[in-house]
Amino acid sequence: MKASKETLLWMYEKMQEIRHYEETMAQVYLEGKLPPNIQKGLAFDIGSGPVPGEMHLAAGQEPVAVGVCAHLTDHDTVVGTHRPHHFAIAKGVPLDAMTAEMFGKVTGLGKGKGGHMHLFDPQRNFSCSGIIGASLPPACGAGLAAKKLGKDWVAVAFFGEGAANQGSVHESLNLAALWQLPVIFICEDNKWAISVPKDKATSIEWVADRASAYGMPGIKVEHNDPVAVYEAAGTAVERARRGDGPSLIEVKTDRYLGHFQGDPEVYRPKDEVANLRKNDPILRLAAQLRDAGQMNEAEDAAITARARQRVEDAFAYARASAYPEPRDALQHVFA
Amino acid sequence: MNSTRKLTMAQAISEAIGQEMERDPTVFVMGEDIGKYGGIFGATGGLLDRFGPDRIMDTPISETAFIGTATGAAAAGMRPIAELMFVDFFGVCMDQIYNHLAKNTYMAGGNLKLPVVLTTAIGGGYNDAAQHSQCLYATFAHMPGLKVVVPSNAYDAKGLMIQAIRDDNPVMFMYHKGIMGLPWMAYYEGSSGEVPEEAYTIPFGEAKVVRPGSDLTIVTLSQMVQKSLLAADELAKQGVNAEVLDLRTLVPLDRAAVLKSVAKTGRLLIADEDYLGFGLTGEIAAIVAENLDTVALKSPIKRLAVPNVPIPYSRPLEQFVIPQISHIVDAAQQIMKTRVTEGAYA
Ligand SMILES: Cc1ncc(C[n+]2csc(CCOP(=O)(O)OP(=O)(O)O)c2C)c(N)n1
Repeated sequence: MKASKETLLWMYEKMQEIRHYEETMAQVYLEGKLPPNIQKGLAFDIGSGPVPGEMHLAAGQEPVAVGVCAHLTDHDTVVGTHRPHHFAIAKGVPLDAMTAEMFGKVTGLGKGKGGHMHLFDPQRNFSCSGIIGASLPPACGAGLAAKKLGKDWVAVAFFGEGAANQGSVHESLNLAALWQLPVIFICEDNKWAISVPKDKATSIEWVADRASAYGMPGIKVEHNDPVAVYEAAGTAVERARRGDGPSLIEVKTDRYLGHFQGDPEVYRPKDEVANLRKNDPILRLAAQLRDAGQMNEAEDAAITARARQRVEDAFAYARASAYPEPRDALQHVFA
Repeated sequence: MNSTRKLTMAQAISEAIGQEMERDPTVFVMGEDIGKYGGIFGATGGLLDRFGPDRIMDTPISETAFIGTATGAAAAGMRPIAELMFVDFFGVCMDQIYNHLAKNTYMAGGNLKLPVVLTTAIGGGYNDAAQHSQCLYATFAHMPGLKVVVPSNAYDAKGLMIQAIRDDNPVMFMYHKGIMGLPWMAYYEGSSGEVPEEAYTIPFGEAKVVRPGSDLTIVTLSQMVQKSLLAADELAKQGVNAEVLDLRTLVPLDRAAVLKSVAKTGRLLIADEDYLGFGLTGEIAAIVAENLDTVALKSPIKRLAVPNVPIPYSRPLEQFVIPQISHIVDAAQQIMKTRVTEGAYA
């Protein structure tokens, strides 16, 4: 499936939006967390500032999110990971409520109860989890529901190459293939699971090679390229919508930042990221669009400005929103 | 000889593990990011350089496999330490912990030893939300077959860790993130302290009076000990002399120490960071209630804990549900103002 000009431009704009979102968050996250306004002796205080707690950012991993979500509608389900922003943005989760959630505000997706690893947008069928390997079973459930309801909706589970060794992954792959569920499993291989590189944790080179053991197609996307992801995902989504069952796609991608913000990255070769950034997928798509005459400089500037403005607006909205009342903590344990 | 220096709780734990690894070649460690990273919370800092990757083993993200591996290796003569990065992740591997590690000794009629130490991080207070902030020690203490250690400071952590490694039974060693002394998370400084260089043990089942007092007993553990001590300082200014009892281990539990202290003060506040319902606070209260023939209460018991909601992300919500120093002070003052009813059934 070839990407149309509109799709390419949509992916480009979304990648810009994701990148600017993550870079903005990286800055905002540091507010209030550095000396001298924290406990003496600390280098960093994870619990301070307007956005406290852990923060996993996906700069560099934009292609996998946009290349897959370009095929989806609001009816289709996406289950993301602990590093969820790129998926959420590509799925169309509203930026203002998503950002307000990370600021712990009452206007957030979960009224401030969930936070960055726990974003829920039932209207757009988006959710995620801080537990590694937890995305696959609920995606199977969404696929099963679509099948029972007679709809052509599909479900996507994103998971990291580190998660690929969790039991839930294997159980879900078998179940989805056994029941021929309309699910697309996307393994996002950014080479690192916190400090542990893939080859120190996984007995084979490609997670996608496991697909054959479960009786489903395994597709390898060897480059961090949105067009390649788009094409691979297109085949898998079509197959799922037709009722021909699940697929497993593995995408090589790059983590530009630490595992979480504040990660000293003592385990990572010093020049690794600088080298990865030479292959920035956003710059490459921009060049491709220009070379093909599909985007001129003025259009590029307009797209970039629009994407950045949406991010700025979302952060402004989040900052201006109110905190929940402390007692609100007692609400919503049950529906 | 006998020299001490100030260590954080994380340093004390890794020192204890290192000393036992030197003493006993069957001790080894498995877990996620315990090697080069030194453990996300520093509990294995520096150990990879000293002992190499054969004994400090980074694992895949496969908790069922590596915790079950610890059980199997223990049955075969090793003394494994396995780290579950956050206790909240127990859900993915509970079968290996609870149906096997905890029960096999019993089901084998005592003919099987499983000397496994399962280390894990607990606690909130830094806005990590519902899947990364729980304590859950009562869950593990509830189920027979696991010893449960919950230290509040560096000195205790070292002695209890060495005791845990030498124990022939499965031990859950649960450290609160907010007392590890990490350079990236605020912590209670009372948790760092002088720690002897040589190896020493602290027996399980011995609670410690960390502050003597006469008006009221605060039974507590883990980070809440540090909060309770600061609350006791504040209470002293207000004219209330609180005794703080650090349980240190939940299994075995030092019931006698609880009764002794409450017999002295006649008032009991239980300060806990786990869930309120069906948990530690109820257990401690029940111990006193069952012994009212020998222990007299002047005031009804009060329990402080997380009010049966998942830990919320947003700061004002989290600070509302996790007992704070001010909550301890307020609860203690309320206890001082109330009286048990007199002679209803006289
Ligand atoms: C069950 C479980 N185990 C461990 C963790 C801690 N943890 C959080 S992220 C992570 C690494 C995940 O690596 P990967 O799946 O490759 O995703 P990435 O972080 O690279 O996006 C680990 C071990 C967790 N959240 N849940």
